[in-house]
Amino acid sequence: MTAPMVKGVPMVKAEGVHKSFGHVDVLKGIDLEVAPREVFCLVGPSGSGKSTFLRCINHLEKVDAGQLYVDGDLVGYRRSGDKLHELREKEVAAHRRDIGMVFQRFNLFAHMTVLENVMEAPIRVRREAKAVVRARAEALLDRVGLGAKADSYPAQLSGGQQQRVAIARALAMEPKLMLFDEPTSALDPELVGEVLDVMRDLAESGMTMIVVTHEMGFAREVGDALVFMDDGIVVEAGHPREVLANPQHGRTKAFLSKVL
Amino acid sequence: MSSYADPPGTASDTAAAATHEPLKAVPVPRWGQWVAAAVVIALLAALVWSVATNKNIQWSVVGQNLFEGTVLRGLWVTIELTVLAMVAGIALGIVLAVMRLSHNRVLRSVSGGYIWLFRGTPVLVQLLVWFNLALFFPRIGFGAFSADTNALIKPFVAALLALALNEAAYMAEVVRGGILAVDPGQAEAAGALGMTRGLTMRRIVLPQAMRVIIPPTGNEVVTMLKTTSLVLVVGAGDLLTRTSAIAAKNFATIELLLVASFWYLVLTSVFSFGQAHLERRFARGVAGVQARSLGQRILANLKPGRVAGGAAR
Ligand SMILES: Nc1ncnc2c1ncn2[C@@H]1O[C@H](COP(=O)(O)OP(=O)(O)OP(=O)(O)O)[C@@H](O)[C@H]1O
Ligand SMILES: [Mg+2]
Repeated sequence: MTAPMVKGVPMVKAEGVHKSFGHVDVLKGIDLEVAPREVFCLVGPSGSGKSTFLRCINHLEKVDAGQLYVDGDLVGYRRSGDKLHELREKEVAAHRRDIGMVFQRFNLFAHMTVLENVMEAPIRVRREAKAVVRARAEALLDRVGLGAKADSYPAQLSGGQQQRVAIARALAMEPKLMLFDEPTSALDPELVGEVLDVMRDLAESGMTMIVVTHEMGFAREVGDALVFMDDGIVVEAGHPREVLANPQHGRTKAFLSKVL
Repeated sequence: MSSYADPPGTASDTAAAATHEPLKAVPVPRWGQWVAAAVVIALLAALVWSVATNKNIQWSVVGQNLFEGTVLRGLWVTIELTVLAMVAGIALGIVLAVMRLSHNRVLRSVSGGYIWLFRGTPVLVQLLVWFNLALFFPRIGFGAFSADTNALIKPFVAALLALALNEAAYMAEVVRGGILAVDPGQAEAAGALGMTRGLTMRRIVLPQAMRVIIPPTGNEVVTMLKTTSLVLVVGAGDLLTRTSAIAAKNFATIELLLVASFWYLVLTSVFSFGQAHLERRFARGVAGVQARSLGQRILANLKPGRVAGGAAR
């Protein structure tokens, strides 16, 4: 909510990020900056490369050209002298620990209870003590309103509940950045609100968030910045209220007229 | 049986229907089924009668040998071979499957080559090769740490090696199928949480693949139980080796084959019941009705109180 006052190291900085799958250029030079504590909304038509860009940030996809920095660190590579070295698998994994990701299809671990889902990564990846993790996991589940569901399996929950667990699971790693890839797109309309409420609460607590969404109401109310992407480039960027009320670009206008 | 027709595959409907007044309907008459059953029973009775009263089968010899010490020792060897070959085969199969799906091209090719070789040749041939290993490798080991092959590769060891290494190739394919059946989103979510590929495989993917892996693995065990009889050719002391040895002395060939068949049937039947139990256990957290094996369905039908539709509900 609060616009960043201090101009420090940006949480995410993209410079000419390119990505292609085979002969298909999906990202054609993305430049943008996300400040710490900012809620950064990414909108655009299907296939414009929003998910791909998000996945580049935590190196689920490899950037082909350009640079991507998270909290000042180059994503996926280490620079020594004028040479770039690919990071080892362990180093990439370590980098991802600090970046939470929430998926459109929740992706909760189907064979684990809600509580086990939330506790898994802190115990296995951060090697924290079980009792400490359990206390934190229970507190997080309470925070997303699912304390009573700790022992349920994901398949026994509604989509909205699953997505709230997924958010709690990501938060259990105490990330400095949260990525949301259309977190409400797979939900029945009446379940969208409960997930957006959790995200709003998270934004108010000062979490840096990049949110790919079609929920323009959320972007307008909660967002600090909005970028409209189309065909692998950033078409328009600005404050959500300004861009949504007064789009400058023809493609933005066309898109917004469809989703608003 | 309930009072109304219960078509297979829609058993879960009964759970919903249970809260209402049960439907009372006259079932569709199935005359064809009755006629077929009568014919089958008549044929079966005739067969049993002709075998039971057959002058050429000395049933007393069957009875004498059924619980005979050597036969039971052979039975134990068969169980041992099956368990050890399956445990080793599954362990190596998992390794091969993970290698086959690895990002490392060398590991992928090694695994592919192994599967090609061991699935492409008969297990009987592999058995004979291991048994005769000394013919082309008189000593095995490195330098000072070597031993006489014939001292090392006893018939039981040759049998175990052949069965386990062959099984690994089949299990690799079973495990690979199971791994590929797990939603890739699961591994992606684990990766996004900072889990390495190895940890993801161990904690997230393999446990979920188990549900898909277990039914065909059960079939592999039953096949293995029967395949162990091939070790007769190297005289590894299994059930068939022992019954054949007895038959060679008393010439009661058919009687001792009946003894062996009896024990193979007991083993496969006992195992099939255990299998159904295991499959239910690994269905944890799975929504809705899942495909159930025949055995599971039979078991489910034997328990009137059980709600159809999976363990998670
Ligand atoms: N792994 C992949 N292999 C090949 N092509 C891919 C892959 N992932 C994405 N693409 C392609 O890249 C393009 C951009 O995909 P992306 O998922 O980033 O779009 P998006 O903006 O998130 O769209 P949506 O709103 O539908 O989620 C699409 O044309 C897609 O087909
Ligand atoms: Mg997308």
